[in-house]
This record gives sequence, structure tokens and C-alpha cells, in this order.
Amino acid sequence: MIEKALTGGRGYWTWITFLLAMIAAGAYCYLLQLNNGLTVTGLSRDVTWGFYIAQFTFLVGVAASAVMVVMPYYLHNFKVFGRITILGEFLAISAVAMCMMFILADLGQPGRAFNMILHPSPRSILFWDMIVLNGYLVINVVISRVSLTAERRGEAPPAWTRWVILLSIPWAISIHTVTAFIYSGLAARPFWMTAILAPRFLASAFSSGPALLILICLILRRVTKFDAGWEVIQRLAMIVTYAVLINIFFVLMEFFTAFYSAIPEHIEHFKYLYVGLEGHGELVPWMWLSAALVLLAAFVLLNPHLRGRQGPLTFACVAVVVSIWIEKGLGMIVTGFVPSPLGHVTSYSPTLPEVLITLGIYGVGALLITIFYKVTLSLRGEVEA
Amino acid sequence: MNDKGRIVLGLLAFLVLITFPVWYNLVSGQDSRPPEVELPTDETRCVADREFMRTEHMQLLMDWRDAVVRDKQRIYTTEDGRQFPMSLAGTMHTHDGGSCMSCHANKDKFCDRCHDYLSVTPYCWDCHVEPKGEQ
Amino acid sequence: MAVKRREFCKLAGVSALALAGGSASAPGAAAEANETDKLIGEPIVGNRWAMVVDLQACRKEEGCRDCIVACHSTHNVPAIDEPKEEVKWIWKEHFAEAFPNQQHEYLAHDLQHEEVLVFCNHCDSPPCTRVCPTQATWKRDDGIVMMDWHRCIGCRYCVAACPYGSRSFNWRDPRPYIDEINADFPTRSRGVVEKCTFCDERLAQGRMPACVEACKDKCLVFGDLEDPGSEVRRLLEKRHAVRRKPGLGTQPEVYYLV
Repeated sequence: MIEKALTGGRGYWTWITFLLAMIAAGAYCYLLQLNNGLTVTGLSRDVTWGFYIAQFTFLVGVAASAVMVVMPYYLHNFKVFGRITILGEFLAISAVAMCMMFILADLGQPGRAFNMILHPSPRSILFWDMIVLNGYLVINVVISRVSLTAERRGEAPPAWTRWVILLSIPWAISIHTVTAFIYSGLAARPFWMTAILAPRFLASAFSSGPALLILICLILRRVTKFDAGWEVIQRLAMIVTYAVLINIFFVLMEFFTAFYSAIPEHIEHFKYLYVGLEGHGELVPWMWLSAALVLLAAFVLLNPHLRGRQGPLTFACVAVVVSIWIEKGLGMIVTGFVPSPLGHVTSYSPTLPEVLITLGIYGVGALLITIFYKVTLSLRGEVEA
Repeated sequence: MNDKGRIVLGLLAFLVLITFPVWYNLVSGQDSRPPEVELPTDETRCVADREFMRTEHMQLLMDWRDAVVRDKQRIYTTEDGRQFPMSLAGTMHTHDGGSCMSCHANKDKFCDRCHDYLSVTPYCWDCHVEPKGEQ
Repeated sequence: MAVKRREFCKLAGVSALALAGGSASAPGAAAEANETDKLIGEPIVGNRWAMVVDLQACRKEEGCRDCIVACHSTHNVPAIDEPKEEVKWIWKEHFAEAFPNQQHEYLAHDLQHEEVLVFCNHCDSPPCTRVCPTQATWKRDDGIVMMDWHRCIGCRYCVAACPYGSRSFNWRDPRPYIDEINADFPTRSRGVVEKCTFCDERLAQGRMPACVEACKDKCLVFGDLEDPGSEVRRLLEKRHAVRRKPGLGTQPEVYYLV
């Protein structure tokens, strides 16, 4: 089936070449990082996690959001989603693969990563994250391979896949909950140590993931003959709408507890984000942009006349993805470290090598998705011919 | 049938590449004899016999590092009852002897001889401090 | 150098035979350990190591860095000029930053500008060891929160989990930044996290931690809390001691006599 990814028009090969170039640049910078250490990043003694872990956090959400397509179809017989469940699963595979690459890119001694398996530490949430992420990857690879092979043969997939798919539903919830637990159990970081962190993660995942899927469907409509159908897109838009509203609500909840309690330990982080702290305000314009985007998106999505038209819907989806990428990525990770446990405010911004490595990993993810979708859609082109 | 020439060419190229390690050394005049290590002159017994050390010194060192760092054990007792500190390059010693480097003080003439020949680069020396060796 | 070492080994061995054995047991040599004696001594054993820092005594000498210099030179801690990437095992913080819960507007005059010695608290319930995915850091049965630099993968989860900022990561190769390498202690490589280990390698030789030995005013007292006759117990009974961020449940084992 892979041979289907090796044939394509000019547009296709231009895209592939662009991705390969991005990957090459990222690989070169990663060699720099391997040789010199993580000093090539903008990280510091106070802000020890930054861009890489931010991408990891965002992408775990995207991976988990496949459940929003799988669940209505398999649990509630929502037949319309049938054509895109596999797209959701491929998106999940690509997202999980990128997550693991970002973690490896962030390690100081990546050659020793196997130590996590040689010396299992069940008290560490990172251990469980490794288990659930790899498990989710295996589940999705198995499901998508088996269903694609069945589709190619024109048969229904074997009955046992239904059980694996049903397993993927709670598993998807768990990957993002476990990722939230990485942060929400740390007494040292009052910004993260809140019970609402896991629900926030899930709400933002279910907004950004399906929004991304909508955008992918619209792009596919443009560049291929595949049309998911307006009903599918509208249903996904409904999911995004509800999730965005819940997400905004959760963020407001955070504001209330921080500012009403007036505890400096809690307030300071929000101050850093929205007005700046001790002269450091690198994230302030980003956070206001994120807020503006999500509110605009909510306005568009709530209005059925706007939500029902491709132009405004596209804008809303892009706004949701960018807004949540900012808020969950940089906004959440970096802020946990500012101020530091000793009250110091250290600024952070990613360096060029850091950005290029990140783009390189996104390039790998995009390449994976491109190959998967090319194979799938070529197959369907054949079958439907 | 048109591809016969290309196939033969390809096979030849493959043979040349796959035998690279053999003919390159001959052509470039590199010495491919096994390395000779310089043993310490005044000590004749290590913590274990030569054959064991040749094949197992890596595992021994790894066991030692876990014993020292993780189990708080710092003294190693050999089969014949001698005691040594489980140390690669430190200057601490017992009555029977010191660390590996206290006897094999010249890393270049001992450790590196075999390691370089086999293209092995143990990362011990990233952290453990090399002794200055015999001047 | 190497020849001298070997000869010394032989001399030591012969002397031991001459003294008819028993020289390996040199108890109580802790504080009086000879700097040049490299014979492995008996370890100091404890069940619950703790440190008492007498801030009143420490205040007397302004600008004194004896303990910091002793620690960092003994353990090959690099002096990295870029403040964002500095590596430190023990250093001084302002009172307000070391004790954020004790801070107020009318703080006693001598505390306002006071610099407090801070280092790893070797907590009884350490959050850092809980989160380490490889157990490269763990709590020993004698209370020390230990580091295994062979196993650390550099994920920096422990740095995120430490409420006291005690841990440093090696963003780059530390070797070029060490003035004088102490051959008796390894350096670290880049990509691993490091912190104070209560000088476990010196305790194993029957010696006190480097900072304790270096302090001229005896501001640092190290001992076993489970030994009712120890100096640390005596001090804690006599004077009021505070710990850093006690409300977090970490049960730090570094006590400050304010």
C-alpha cells in the first residue's frame, strides 16, 4: 500500500520536498544540540521546560481528540463519521509520534532513554505517560492498519477490531489525563497544581483536535477528490463549539480562584501572563492574542449562520487551534516556572535551533500524515472507481 | 535482458563496498595487527585473572558503579581474599591496592590501545578524571 | 604521580602487615582525618542525616563563601559565567526568597538583608525522587537524597518537582568551566541534573561534609537525628529552628536556627 505514496502530481512532490527540507534543517540543528548540549535552547536553570515540552503537551491533546470522532461512530452509531474515523486515527498516530520525538529532543541524555524501561518507576507519572502513549500508538496503528487493509479488500473489518476501538476511547482520555498529572501533582508549582488542569487539558484537546480535523477535511476537499461531506464538518464544528465554551469557562474558573483568594503564589503566574511581572512580559501579547482569538472563535461558532459557512468556519477553526496552541503550549508550560520556587523571574524565548528542531519534528508528523492520507485516499479512489 | 549490464555493474559495486574493510586497510597501509597493551611493571595481579578481565571488565565496572553509587558498597573482595576499592580513577586505596588507574596509570598505553583498535569509546571519561599517566 | 601512588600502596600494605592487621578500623577519625591519608576509612553511619544551619553565627561574617568554595571545588562544580545556565550545589539567597512564608514588611533589621545558605534539603518525603522516571535520584535508607549520574536521562522532571530550586542541570559540558579538577571526584557530563549529596563519598570515608569542615564559625552542624546524643538534636532542642516551605509536606531535613 505504501507504493501509493510514491506516486503523485507536482503539488504533492513540492509539498513532500518542502517537508523533507524542513526535516533536514531540524535534523542538522538536532546534531548541534547533541554535540553542544541543551545550551543551544533558550532554557535556563529556572525555566527548565519550554518549547519542546509545550509542543508535546499540545500534541497529546490533538492525539486524544481522535476519540471525538471514534466515539460517536462506534458508541452512538453516528454513521456519518464513518468515512473520517480513519483520518482521525492517522492524525492520532502522527500526533503521538511527534509527542515522543519532542520528549526525546528534550532529553539531556537521549541515548539513555531506554533506562525508563530498564528501571521502571511506577511512582513517576512520566513512566505512565510512556506506557499510555505507546499503548495508544499501538492501538491506533493496529486499528488503522486492519481497517485499511479490510477496506482495500472491500470487506468489513474483523469483529475483534471493535473491541480494540472501544478500548481506544477511554485510553484516549487517559493519555491526556496522565499528561496533565505530570504537572498537576507537583507541590512545587502552584500554577500547575490544580484539580482543573486535567479537565482543562481535555477541553482544550477536544476544541483544538476536531478543529484541526475540520481544517484537514477542508484542505483535502481542495487538493484531492475526497469530500468528507458538509454534515460531517458541521457535526465536528458542534463538538468544537461546545468544547471551546467549556474551555473558556474553565479558564475563567482559574482566574476566579487565583484572584479572589489573593494568594500571591497563585496570582503572580497570571500576572506574568497577562500584564507582566517585574518587568518581564514576553508572553503578554501572546496571551491577549490567544484570548482574542478564542473569543472571536466562540462568537463565530455560536452563530449558526457563521458556523454554517465555510469562510467564517475556517477562520474560527484556525483561531481555535492557534489560540489553544499558545495557551496550552507556551502559556501553560513556561508560566509554571515563572516565578521560580525562589521567587526569581527569568524570561524565556526559544532560540533559532530550538524552533528549527521543532519545525523539523512537525515536518516528520506532517510527512507521516501525508503518506497515510495519500495511501488511504488513493485506495478509496481505487475502490470507488 | 536489457538490464544485464546494469545488474552486473551493480553486483560489482556491491562486492567492492561490502569488502571495503578488508581492502582499505591493505591499500592504506594501516596496521591491522591486534594491539599490544603496556602492563604495569610492579604489579602482576589484577582484581581477577587476565581472561576474566579481558571479557568481563565492562560488566565488572558496571557492577562496581552500581555497588558504590546505589548500594553504598565501596570495597571489592577478590576470589583470593584481597580487597580493593571499587574505583575507576580515584586515589583512595586499601592495603591490597587502589583503583584501576592507580596501577594502569597510563590510559593511552593501556585502555586506549584496545579501545581505539576496536573503535570503542566508553563514556566513562566524560566524567571520571583521567590520571595524568607516566610522564 | 602514578609511581608515587603505587609505592605508597605497597608501603601501606607492608605497614599493615607489620602492624599485624586491624589498621582498617580507624574509628572516630572523622573530624581529624588527615588530608593526605588516602587509605579507605570506616564510614560514618547514620539513620537520618540532617543539617542544622546556624544563621546567627553565619551572619557574623559578611561575604564569607568558605563553605561554597569548599563544596564546589571538592565536587568539580563548574563555574559557568552565563547566569541562566549556572550550576550550584550550595549558595546564598535573600531571607525573603529562602523563606517566602516568613516574609513581612517589618522584618527584623538583620534579617532584611541577610543572605541564607541554601542547598538540597534532603527531604524525608522528597517530591523529586517520586517523579524520577529512572530512579536516578532516590532516597537512601540513611536519609540522603542521592544522585546516580550514570542513570540520569536529563528529563529535568526532578528540577520541576523541587520546591526549593536546589537542582541544576548541565546545559553544556562542564569540564571547561572547572578551574582545578579534583581528581578524586568525577565531574559530570552535560545533560544530567546535579545537586548536593550531603558528601556521601566523604561520609563513606569517615569524614564530615566539605561545607561543614570548611566553616570557620561552625555554622553548619551535620548529624544523625535518630541519635539522641548528636549535636543536631541538642541544637534543635535548645533553639527554635525553621525549615523552608514546611507546609508542602516535604519534611526537609535542613533546619535553620534563625
